[in-house]
Amino acid sequence: MTGTAVKLDAINGRFDALAFKRDFPILAKLVHGKPLTYLDSAASAQKPKAVIDAMTFAYENEYANVHRGAYYLSEKATSNYEAARETVRKFVNAAHAEEIVFTKGATEALNLVAASYGRSVLQPGDEVVLTELEHHSNIVPWQLICEATGAELRVIPVSADGSVSLDSIQSTIGVRTKIVAVAHVSNVLGTILPVEQIVELAHAVGAKVVIDGCQGVVHEAVDVQALGCDFYAFSGHKLYGPNGIGVLWARRELLDAMPPYQGGGEMIATVKFAKSTWAEPPAKFEAGTPPIVPAIGLAAAIDYLSRIDRAALIEHERDLLGYAMDRLVTVPGVKLIGTAQRKASVQSFVMDGAHPHDLATVLDRSGVAVRAGHHCAQPLMTALGVTATSRASFALYNTREDVDVLVAALHKAREILL
Amino acid sequence: MTSAAAESNDLLSLYQDVILDHGKRPRNARTVDAATCSASGNNPLCGDRVTVTARISSENQIEDVAALAKGCAISVASASLMTEVLKGQSVDAARRMFKAVQDLCTGQRQPDEAKADVGPALTAGVDRLAALSGVQQFPARVKCATLPWHVLISCIEGTDRATTETGSNA
Repeated sequence: MTGTAVKLDAINGRFDALAFKRDFPILAKLVHGKPLTYLDSAASAQKPKAVIDAMTFAYENEYANVHRGAYYLSEKATSNYEAARETVRKFVNAAHAEEIVFTKGATEALNLVAASYGRSVLQPGDEVVLTELEHHSNIVPWQLICEATGAELRVIPVSADGSVSLDSIQSTIGVRTKIVAVAHVSNVLGTILPVEQIVELAHAVGAKVVIDGCQGVVHEAVDVQALGCDFYAFSGHKLYGPNGIGVLWARRELLDAMPPYQGGGEMIATVKFAKSTWAEPPAKFEAGTPPIVPAIGLAAAIDYLSRIDRAALIEHERDLLGYAMDRLVTVPGVKLIGTAQRKASVQSFVMDGAHPHDLATVLDRSGVAVRAGHHCAQPLMTALGVTATSRASFALYNTREDVDVLVAALHKAREILL
Repeated sequence: MTSAAAESNDLLSLYQDVILDHGKRPRNARTVDAATCSASGNNPLCGDRVTVTARISSENQIEDVAALAKGCAISVASASLMTEVLKGQSVDAARRMFKAVQDLCTGQRQPDEAKADVGPALTAGVDRLAALSGVQQFPARVKCATLPWHVLISCIEGTDRATTETGSNA
């Protein structure tokens, strides 16, 4: 495969985002006759050619069902699929490849934990602790399982700046807490949560920690063993990979003890009408034909990222965030939503007198793609006292010029809408 | 015309003055006194929410109608224009206007055609509502314009049922 070398500007050592931009075919497209300024990577990132090529290659040359046939293509597809698992293991520094369960997305990964682990351990009166800034996919599965088991939800409040204080975490986690399920990084505000301290506090009362890492795995270098959590879930499509693939990492001993999530082929050892027995993890949790080529695409995305200096990428995203925060507030009437100290490159904002949807429509005609709405976080919107926000998120291919285009489009929007 | 100018024209025809005016200062943004029916509706994808109340006479005339809308300029303006146009009209006229609004917003009919559809008594109303037809160029925003009308229809159809029940009780 063609290698994209580390693209650091040789002269000043700066991160060369423009060079990365060229790796993403869609970013060369025009939208409404304007160059695309894509600022919605937190919803779904664009895909580098390396990912698209790897998937095309798999379909054209090495495709068959996995773990089934004794023929060349099936063996090849199986070894590629399992190699993808190993790539993911290394990427999050899991101890064993068997701890990596492929799902169709992060939502399924979180539902799997709730339905399998949650259902088997929760008793009436037990508590599941979440934060107020969770995505619906880390709220609703827990509501469903609490309803089924008689356990209760407790919610850690978010401060006005979008941070989650240790005090509020400490006062919400208690002796009845069995599960703490939190985002690593807020998809709306960019807040980086103090997950290490959350793990410490949760483990002190014997609770397990589930981390929704959809944004975390994109914006931070994740080492699940160093984090000390028990479950870590993320999706492929926010990590420059394809959609239709997600990952659940869980400690081997937890996966061993957990009942299956779905039944079907692949997840069994033996099937008899009297009683069936289950395969070992991860197969136990991968019923049916898995997302084979999406897994290969995800591995290609991770390979692509692995050729980039991660520290330089994080620094680049921090630079863009800081620049965006400084520039956005120069637009009259614009107010930033989410100004916590520790933040990833995701910024929500509102403009006085302009609804986020109207703003998004006007920005779109300037080729600028931002998210508008409740971002699947309605409880957070309520807590912040807004019905919706606009959100710009910055990825490896964004530049300061993209921020300038956004700001110019916001000025134009004021002319049209106000 | 350059494509940049065309884009700008699309935006200006969507956000024309009457829409911005009604979006910022919606008329009849209240609850109707002695309402005979009410209905609420929302768009779960974007969070827009509209509540319509109306007082409908035994002759099926809309004596008063009001809408509380929370959302974007398009949905708030559409709700406001709707209440202005429908006050004093019959329930049947409201149904015909709903069809006209749908046709205008999706581009199935031009304003003149819509006027011919609804008949001479309602042409002035169509002229007012034609301001919404700018959404034709913005498929993602058509629902914003039609949401208040869907809520209105639930409101008045609810009344129809209530009226029938009252009739059968009597």
